[in-house]
Amino acid sequence: MKKLLCIILVLMLALILLTSCGNNEQQQPAPEGQEASGEGIFPAIAKEDIKVGVIHIGNPADGSGYSFAHDQGIVAMQNALGLDDSQIIRKNNVNDTDPTATEAAMLECIEEGAHIIFGTSWGYMDTMEALAEEYPDVIFSHGSGYKSNDRNFNNYFGRIYQARYLSGIAAGLKTESNLLGYVAAMGKDNSEVTGGLNAFAMGAYSVNPEAKVYVKVTNSWYSPEEETNAAKALIAEGCDVIAQHCDTPNPQLEAEKAGVFGIGYNSDMSKDAPKATITSAVWNWGAYYTWAVEQVINGTWNSENYYGGMKEGMVDISPINESIAAEGTAEKIEEARQSITDGTFNVFDGVIETNDGSTVGEEGKTLDDGTITGGINWYFKTVEEK
Amino acid sequence: MFIKFLIAAVFAGTPLLFGTVGEIMNERAGHLNLGVEGMMAMGACAGFMAGFFYDSISIALLAAFLAGMLGALIYAVLTITFMANQNVTGLTLAIFGVGISNFAGEFMLVNSASNSLKLPEQITAQISNINIPGLSTIPVLGPLFFQYNIFVYLGVLIAITCGIYYSRTKTGLNVRAIGENPGAADAAGIKVTKLKYINVLMGGGICGIGGAYCSMIINGGVWMNNPVNGQGWIAVALVIFASWKPFRAIFGSFIFGAFNILKYYFPKTIITIPNAFYDMLPFVITALVLVVTSIRKSKENQQPASCGVNYFREER
Repeated sequence: MKKLLCIILVLMLALILLTSCGNNEQQQPAPEGQEASGEGIFPAIAKEDIKVGVIHIGNPADGSGYSFAHDQGIVAMQNALGLDDSQIIRKNNVNDTDPTATEAAMLECIEEGAHIIFGTSWGYMDTMEALAEEYPDVIFSHGSGYKSNDRNFNNYFGRIYQARYLSGIAAGLKTESNLLGYVAAMGKDNSEVTGGLNAFAMGAYSVNPEAKVYVKVTNSWYSPEEETNAAKALIAEGCDVIAQHCDTPNPQLEAEKAGVFGIGYNSDMSKDAPKATITSAVWNWGAYYTWAVEQVINGTWNSENYYGGMKEGMVDISPINESIAAEGTAEKIEEARQSITDGTFNVFDGVIETNDGSTVGEEGKTLDDGTITGGINWYFKTVEEK
Repeated sequence: MFIKFLIAAVFAGTPLLFGTVGEIMNERAGHLNLGVEGMMAMGACAGFMAGFFYDSISIALLAAFLAGMLGALIYAVLTITFMANQNVTGLTLAIFGVGISNFAGEFMLVNSASNSLKLPEQITAQISNINIPGLSTIPVLGPLFFQYNIFVYLGVLIAITCGIYYSRTKTGLNVRAIGENPGAADAAGIKVTKLKYINVLMGGGICGIGGAYCSMIINGGVWMNNPVNGQGWIAVALVIFASWKPFRAIFGSFIFGAFNILKYYFPKTIITIPNAFYDMLPFVITALVLVVTSIRKSKENQQPASCGVNYFREER
């Protein structure tokens, strides 16, 4: 009896698998049939009808950090376009290493009628790619990754390295031990982290060639105790300005406790550590969210990737904490900001020396965007991995 | 640098120490409580909020202790009185504790003035590292022994008290008898249910204080969701490492703390090992300890025999 039941179950499972495969094959031709509709791929939607889904890795209510910064952007978009609260569908605490949870959250958004879904974390990428295929009428917009298709899946990110360059200036001027600490979420092969770190080091180098940057890698985007421990170790090695590429303000708080200084990230962390944070490299995701949702409403959205910088208002540094910043910080930063926004300086310009003695880039050229987002896996010459 | 490494190891090991001692108290009474993470999370939230509103370390500690106890009470009622499966109840408690702690924390955060909760000045001073004139300034020994915060000393004190309790006092020995064979203990006239309740509840309270360490010290006095973030689970592993002995828990948790931070202090100039290797170390060592103790078959270092099995008087 048991054997029979077993066989029936296996057969049923096989049947289900077969039919689901069949479904996928049937759906695939659909996008091609609809593609001929011109430059705006999707029809315009009335402002009152549009629904926006957003998937957060953390919780916006944290009041600080990555998800908070993204959600501030969503709120800014909502205010700028005059959308009602009911038109925003938020899914919080969606673990980006768990494809099932990611998929479930996005399917819930689709169920609730979302026209465009913003996935804010790196790990959502593959799930979004698959769902974009399966739901050709929903727009998938992914932050920080590199994949996209030519219909309903694009990628957005910002030139945060520009802001990091400016924050590096503040750090380079402030340090007395000439040792800057950097708590990095990921190692050398992650271009997002490494590019930002190099820009920070180059900013510091531009005003203080003596300053070295010590890096400690936590291997996690969000881990309170790891980030505290890494910052503690950096301070123990004599670093007196602690910068960070990770999600909690713990490195700033650790710096404050030890009486040294820090450079925050994501949102203005002087709120958490007013005695330590000189400035923070901050995102203004609202710049993209407003632009993207506007495109959808007007029916002009196409799957072009977005890579906004300081000029577009996508990234910036928070107001400098004048009471602790070194003298002349504001002027130096203003100078660099000018040259970045008017396009005469692009951070990764010319020949750049790395810390293993080789060089990157060519005289008179600047690194292209593809390299910046995916190909920076070297450290600038003043950087030391500790 | 090495001294600083040792000091950082103590700091990193302290939340583990509370969790481990708390869990030892549970297991000594014959209750495998996998809800350490949950009880720590509840203590983390309650301790932080009490500290935030009353600006006093003693009230914060009390609140953390009571919250951890409350978590343990749920577990105790379900497993001791209602004989529910210990593993399932413990796991549920872990999920429940983390959930309610985040829920309450987030509720407070959303309703706070500037969307941020930071501990006020007085309590921040109370939980910062102590400075004993004369002692703290001794070279090497000063920083190594007399410059921690109040939690560290409290944790060691609790562990020592607990160790004496289980090896030198009559009640403690009775509890150990319950953990080994509750039927025999009952026959000898030991009040099994009462002692089980007391030990499970006290253990939960101690875990709660460990949670408060996570939210108040590790996170620098700013509320963040998930402050415990897995430390409770490591504590469960540490109980095995410490072979159910509070004294060993002291060294065990500091050793685990050292493993946690080793990757940040090990000089990369000598040899570069991937971080994942360091992250793995504590668990490899725990596995090794399990293997070694089971080979040596010493009765001393085994898990209490009835741990995980509910005691039902009528079935004895």
